[in-house]
Amino acid sequence: MSCAGPPREANLAPAARGPRSAFAWPVRHRGWLAAFAALAVLPLVPGLDSDFVRSVLTQMAIAAVFALSYNVLFGQTGLLSFGHAVYYGLGGYAAIHLMRAINHGLALPMPLVPFAGALAGIAFGALFGALTTRRAGTIFALITLGIGELVYSAAFIVPSLFGGEEGITASRTLGPALFGIGLASQIAVYYVVAAWAFVAALSMRAFTTTPVGRMCNAVRDNPQRAAFVGYDPRVVRLIACCVAGLFAGLAGGLHAINYEIVSADSVGALRSGSVLLMTCIGGAGQFAGPVLGAVVLTWLEASLSGYTSAWLLYLGIFLMIVVVFAPRGLAGLIAMHAPLARTPAFGRVLLAYAVAAAPAAVTVVGLVTVIEMSYRVSTQPELGTKMRIAGVAVDAASPVSWIAGVIVAAAGFAAFRRTRRIVASAWTLAEQQRPAARATPS
Amino acid sequence: MADNASDRRDPPPAIALCDLHKSFGAASIIRGVTLDIARAERHAIIGPNGAGKSTLFNLISGCESPTSGSICLYGEDVTGLAPHVINRRGLARSFQVTNVFSQLSVFENVRCAALWSLGCRYSCWRNVAGLRDANEHAERVLEQIRLTPRRDVQAGVLTYAELRALEIGMTIAGRARVILLDEPTAGMSRDEASAAVDLIKSVSRDRTLLMVEHDMGVVFDLADRISVLVHGAILATDTPANIRANEAVQSAYLGGANA
Repeated sequence: MSCAGPPREANLAPAARGPRSAFAWPVRHRGWLAAFAALAVLPLVPGLDSDFVRSVLTQMAIAAVFALSYNVLFGQTGLLSFGHAVYYGLGGYAAIHLMRAINHGLALPMPLVPFAGALAGIAFGALFGALTTRRAGTIFALITLGIGELVYSAAFIVPSLFGGEEGITASRTLGPALFGIGLASQIAVYYVVAAWAFVAALSMRAFTTTPVGRMCNAVRDNPQRAAFVGYDPRVVRLIACCVAGLFAGLAGGLHAINYEIVSADSVGALRSGSVLLMTCIGGAGQFAGPVLGAVVLTWLEASLSGYTSAWLLYLGIFLMIVVVFAPRGLAGLIAMHAPLARTPAFGRVLLAYAVAAAPAAVTVVGLVTVIEMSYRVSTQPELGTKMRIAGVAVDAASPVSWIAGVIVAAAGFAAFRRTRRIVASAWTLAEQQRPAARATPS
Repeated sequence: MADNASDRRDPPPAIALCDLHKSFGAASIIRGVTLDIARAERHAIIGPNGAGKSTLFNLISGCESPTSGSICLYGEDVTGLAPHVINRRGLARSFQVTNVFSQLSVFENVRCAALWSLGCRYSCWRNVAGLRDANEHAERVLEQIRLTPRRDVQAGVLTYAELRALEIGMTIAGRARVILLDEPTAGMSRDEASAAVDLIKSVSRDRTLLMVEHDMGVVFDLADRISVLVHGAILATDTPANIRANEAVQSAYLGGANA
């Protein structure tokens, strides 16, 4: 494959000189227009217009801002942080304290609260950035881990500020409305969050095209050379920390509005880990990658947790599969297929995928049977041993179910392995038909 | 031996090294280098492997600080300053092992190398696509190093000779007055090396050039003066013709241990 190696942020320069016509602007920004339309329309689509789905959509938008802010450090500047939730959580705390002040009579419209989160985020980004950016790589990662633990334990040491385990609560409805917009309903919260998320994403995209944004990439690739073209790598990293902190804090502020509570969990290592996973699963190499990762992970969390108590295990397996087989993430997979989509053989590629999907699904059913039975027996014996999986009644007490599960999984996997040749040959054909032109800067 | 710059007392020389020493622990690598390089001079440093040529470059460009001695750039003391500060004072260098922004496009590499000198500093509010001077300057440099057809290719996938050209392009993109080239033709074929020499000639016009080079053909073709560095000290500094005739140099280097 010619597209091996880690990807880079798309290069915008050539597009700026593209043909000018009435349609140039909408065509060039079709991705943003589509995102805007989706944000505006999704919660109104029949089937998605319940409060539950709207709440999930709100969470997705918050997670997307958070993951995008993480990628300013990770994908753009090459800084692996294990403590990014610090900015999210501290931004959340700043916002929830402001909300309490509003509840007590401060005349400020609630939708502006995330500003407080962003301010706290950039302040702490500057503070912790100054401590961490002397080095990149392992040392940076370890210091961020330390700062994460430090802030997490501080949340218990100073209960008046952080509220300990119960956290700090506030109401989003008690206060003056902005242009008559109150935040009583989930749909109102959604639109406030979506508007902030859209502006935040646009701003972060714009940041990648500024001189410092480009130098972030340069420092990621080669800090030594960056110094020899006049830029102090440390200052560039510090600016990246401030920008990442700003938007992570903003996401924390949105969290405060959405949940009306901020607790120590928001600054904890789990949240720091989850944003890293979202970014890696979505793909750190494309701007939209973290958004994709945030959407997929939030959806998996919301949907799987309703079906099975083993959902964390499935999530873990999913993560491992993505990291091993699609190291550039879901966005990387899409980017990999984009140049093939116009070749005549692309239909064959899709057909090959469909052929491979059938045994893969069989494998999953077998595995799920075994995992669910194990979970039932070991963690929920009070529910009995009889259960239904994929519409089939199974009994965890009977060895037949176990043997059947293992056989189905093994047979499915064996068949799946055989389909690899079909997929590979379809791929090779499509690759050959692909126009020889070198990578068009996307 | 090294002070034939007395008639150029003012203005100060482009680079003035004064009794420069550098040791790593007990090993002393540079032992008292004093050398003046005049403005617009093309100066080559030759010497056997391990003579300290790369260390000397690292000292001048700020990668390492000298143990003692001083380095002046246009009469200003730059001893011990950080690389990015020295670069802003007008000195740029290339690397022996190619050292580019491998995931960025060729164009982006050159443009990034030009941003500071065009006054962009740490700007967070301008779009680089709209920086006409930066983009036009980068295009001109690309033309000069003949990489325009490869403009949008990721730098990591360039051929070796192309990478070396890009290396030189990034060195000159910042409009530095002094450029240091570390073995610019190392590992090149005859044809590639002579193309590189032409390129170096064209980019070093109106600039001061200091280069480390092993290929004697390249050195004698390019340099106005040559310094021979042996065991961390300068054995001789003179014109190519005189260096060729110098017996001490002959025995120490040209006809000596180094093949």
